[in-house]
Amino acid sequence: MDLEAPKIKSAEEFFYIQRNYQKQYRDNNRFIVICGDTGCTARNSKAILGNLDRCLKEKDLSETVGTRFTGCLGLCESGPLVIVYPEEILYHRVIPDDMLEIVEETVLEGRIIDRLIYRDPSSGEKYAYARDLPFYKKQVRNLLGGNWKTDPTKIEDYIALGGYEALVKAVTEMSPGEVVQEVKEARLRGRGGAGFDAGLKWEECFKASGRKFIICNADEGDPGAFMDRSLLEGNPHAVLEGLIIGAYATGAREGVVYIRSEYPTAVEKIKTAINRAEELGLVGDDILGSGFGVQIYLSIGAGAFVCGETSALIASVDGRIGEPVQKPPRLVQHGYLDRPTVVNNVETLANVPHIIKQGAENYRATGTEASSGTKIFSLVGKVNNTGLVEVPLGMTLREIIFEIGGGIKEGKAFKAVQTGGPSGGCLPASYLDLPTDFESLTEVGSLMGSGGMIVMDEDTCMVDLAGYFLKFLADESCGCCFTCREGINRLLELVQNISCGRGSLDQLDLLKELAEVVKDSTLCGLGQTAPNPVLSTIKYFEDEYRAHILQNKCPAGVCRALITFEIIESYCNGCGLCKKNCPSDAITGEQKQTHYIDKDQCDKCGICFSTCRNEAILKQ
Amino acid sequence: MINLTMDGLKISVEPGATLLDVARFYGANIPTLCYDEALSPYGACRLCLVEIGEPGKSRLVSSCTYPAREKLNVRTNTVRVMQTRKMIIELYLATCPSSKTIQDLASKYGVTGVRFSPKNEECILCGLCVRMCEEQMQAKAIGFVDRGVNRRISTAFDRKSEQCRLCGACMYICPVCQARCQGPSEESTLCNACLNLSPPCLENNDHTLCYMDPCAACELKKKTNQ
Amino acid sequence: MKKNTVLGLEVPCGPNGVSVITVLQAIQGYYGYLPEEALEKAARELKVPLIDFYSVATFYKNFRLAPQGRREVVTCTGTACHVRGSEKITEEISRTLGVDIGSTTEDGEYSLKCVNCVGACALAPLVIVDGRYYGQMTSLKVRRLFSDNPTKTEQTVSSGLSE
Repeated sequence: MDLEAPKIKSAEEFFYIQRNYQKQYRDNNRFIVICGDTGCTARNSKAILGNLDRCLKEKDLSETVGTRFTGCLGLCESGPLVIVYPEEILYHRVIPDDMLEIVEETVLEGRIIDRLIYRDPSSGEKYAYARDLPFYKKQVRNLLGGNWKTDPTKIEDYIALGGYEALVKAVTEMSPGEVVQEVKEARLRGRGGAGFDAGLKWEECFKASGRKFIICNADEGDPGAFMDRSLLEGNPHAVLEGLIIGAYATGAREGVVYIRSEYPTAVEKIKTAINRAEELGLVGDDILGSGFGVQIYLSIGAGAFVCGETSALIASVDGRIGEPVQKPPRLVQHGYLDRPTVVNNVETLANVPHIIKQGAENYRATGTEASSGTKIFSLVGKVNNTGLVEVPLGMTLREIIFEIGGGIKEGKAFKAVQTGGPSGGCLPASYLDLPTDFESLTEVGSLMGSGGMIVMDEDTCMVDLAGYFLKFLADESCGCCFTCREGINRLLELVQNISCGRGSLDQLDLLKELAEVVKDSTLCGLGQTAPNPVLSTIKYFEDEYRAHILQNKCPAGVCRALITFEIIESYCNGCGLCKKNCPSDAITGEQKQTHYIDKDQCDKCGICFSTCRNEAILKQ
Repeated sequence: MINLTMDGLKISVEPGATLLDVARFYGANIPTLCYDEALSPYGACRLCLVEIGEPGKSRLVSSCTYPAREKLNVRTNTVRVMQTRKMIIELYLATCPSSKTIQDLASKYGVTGVRFSPKNEECILCGLCVRMCEEQMQAKAIGFVDRGVNRRISTAFDRKSEQCRLCGACMYICPVCQARCQGPSEESTLCNACLNLSPPCLENNDHTLCYMDPCAACELKKKTNQ
Repeated sequence: MKKNTVLGLEVPCGPNGVSVITVLQAIQGYYGYLPEEALEKAARELKVPLIDFYSVATFYKNFRLAPQGRREVVTCTGTACHVRGSEKITEEISRTLGVDIGSTTEDGEYSLKCVNCVGACALAPLVIVDGRYYGQMTSLKVRRLFSDNPTKTEQTVSSGLSE
């Protein structure tokens, strides 16, 4: 007969178990952390772990040196990352074969391996210790900090580091009303996009009666944003703890984690986390002997961006097509199965344990008056330090992009930053000193959104980019509202006309007019914000649109219809590389003779441009 | 009772009424393409927009789906409503110029030009037929397929449905294929009020959306041709 | 977590039992795609109109109504990948393998699909072949990846750092 694992039945039991876990955790003072996030795993970090284990075994160090395969460490650009504790020496771009050297040199001798330490791409300065890196120095890693120290599959690690203490405090010391009050006072705003006060939502649900639901929205659909994925992969228990506290506060006895299927690792991690918490009795009936119980279900998405919209998400949890519905009636009154439902984003929930543990007042010390706490941004695009950054709300874009992000790749000029996902806007250099909080970003025509921050340089064409987002949204719209389905399609048609050089100034005016109509007349957030990329690029980069229309030129050299490739005779040494690689056989020329491009044949793929070693290809 | 203001008039209505119900009760003229009293509202055509909220902070909502709420300030024919509606009609015209209903709407609202390239779609995806089939006929033979720009209405796997009883209610309620305007060709998408009284489907069944197999109208036509 | 059986397959339950989506996911998990007959049977078993299954199966991108190729090629077209040139990568794959986006090669070997963001933006532009991630792709790397001798190139390409 299987003996069921003993469930934790009281706060005393919890703290007793915690002390045991802490002893186990501290056993190994020396340990090595390897980033196991999707980005680093894609670069072979699993093989690094395997090699490390083997090396440790060979050197007979398996008992004394711990290893930990963690969630995202932040600096994805330089992955795979390896950190050696307790010194916190950070090695980047490690390959499996480096591990022997790391064990021999650093672990045994305490020496730093120079070639593996991080070098700042702009200043060239070297940094050996993680805490000194400019990338980490300016961040406040309240949420992501946990990723460094915990193995996401081990609830023991999380509890040893103070995890689930907030749950114990909430359930045993506070009434649901007090928890709601605390979150309200913390002014926790929804991190999923709209920035709605989470405490108010909870309060409304708390006041409703009968069967209630709480749903964690992990359908992170914004392209270029992966904060929620990293939280779920790196510290799933933090999100789960927030969800359980939320259930306690709102009176929901059933919770659902709705997660997108494109994140297979995150799905596994949260599944394991729920099971482990269930085994310990932190999920289920009668948690900690308090009489309060909650069931957590996992609902896996099936691939639809629109399901990030809460009412569409609820339809999807119910197994229907993800069509948003009119609000009011609001979801906190008529949500899932027509019952009061609270939907919170992953990052919002991950903040909750911090609020309960340190109190609303301490929590509010970070961030601005109206936007308290920290926000995780995924800093991507043409920026040196691609990765996840967590900063107090209100930090300026310049600080994030240039001080933490290390500036633009290859020393090129900054052109724009796009925040808020496909529904956000593009902000030019003149807004770099704008503080990143909910109000400031909305005011200038962009959005906080879920925290995607895509940096663009001089090589990005804003007309092309607007077209990209429209194409994305035309694809992802549910298709219910005529103005969204057909409106976005027509916006796309107009933008494509312009990028093909077939545009006119009348069309530009029509584009603006239609964009306003789509914004005004659509039912859900997707349609209402869909014109933002168009409107903001026209607002800040109208010159570029005009160049396409009036001069038939694409200043960034992206729009294919408007560029040509030519070989500069004096630079061409006739190596034939371009000819060999041209997919449309448009290049002619004998070996060691100047080559030529047949402009009619050329389909402007740009392969010759990127393959030429002599910079002999001119793009105009 | 719920108290609200509509076009400056203070009124009180039963709970559960939508803004469209209220507006139509008081005689306000609001066009719709996807609404039918006998079916649940869907809010797809976006023509029934009204402006709610105080000036400066107002927004547009579809009146057929928006419930009447206490102290709501509703305005049904502001400049913003009218301009938006005109643009939507223009979009409809460009998409589906052969519909008499849409051509009539255009003349009624003074849409005198179409600035988009014309398409010749046969369906505006108002979803009336889908709801008719499900709610009134209790059949659920047809539904929405695919999404976004590719959305269309069809039966499962695009073949004859076991649930379909050939009742024809889907065609009866369709605002587009019921009365097709023969006026404009693809080059000019606007004819502004013709007097086209052709019966449904009989004249022009090639381009109508017909899920019936065999279709009563087609059979009739075959007979008359013989 | 509770489970229920439909068509003899285990389907996880939500608060409201099984749903059309979870049933479809279970069917696809078993067959690799959604065979028409299976949907018909499931619709009958659950007493749900078939059109509901078909609507959901065509609405969500993860569901496939036709069998896939033996190898699945996925290109990420998220914003970060787009600004680093993913469009050209997709085009190159499409050209190299002779397959359109969303379809399968005639010999049933490769299926090409685009997804909107897999959240590995540091590797942009990114291609995933059978669950293996290939970062910082270029047109040339694509050709090497799908050349006759893939094993050698896989290593150089997958490290993503050499070039």
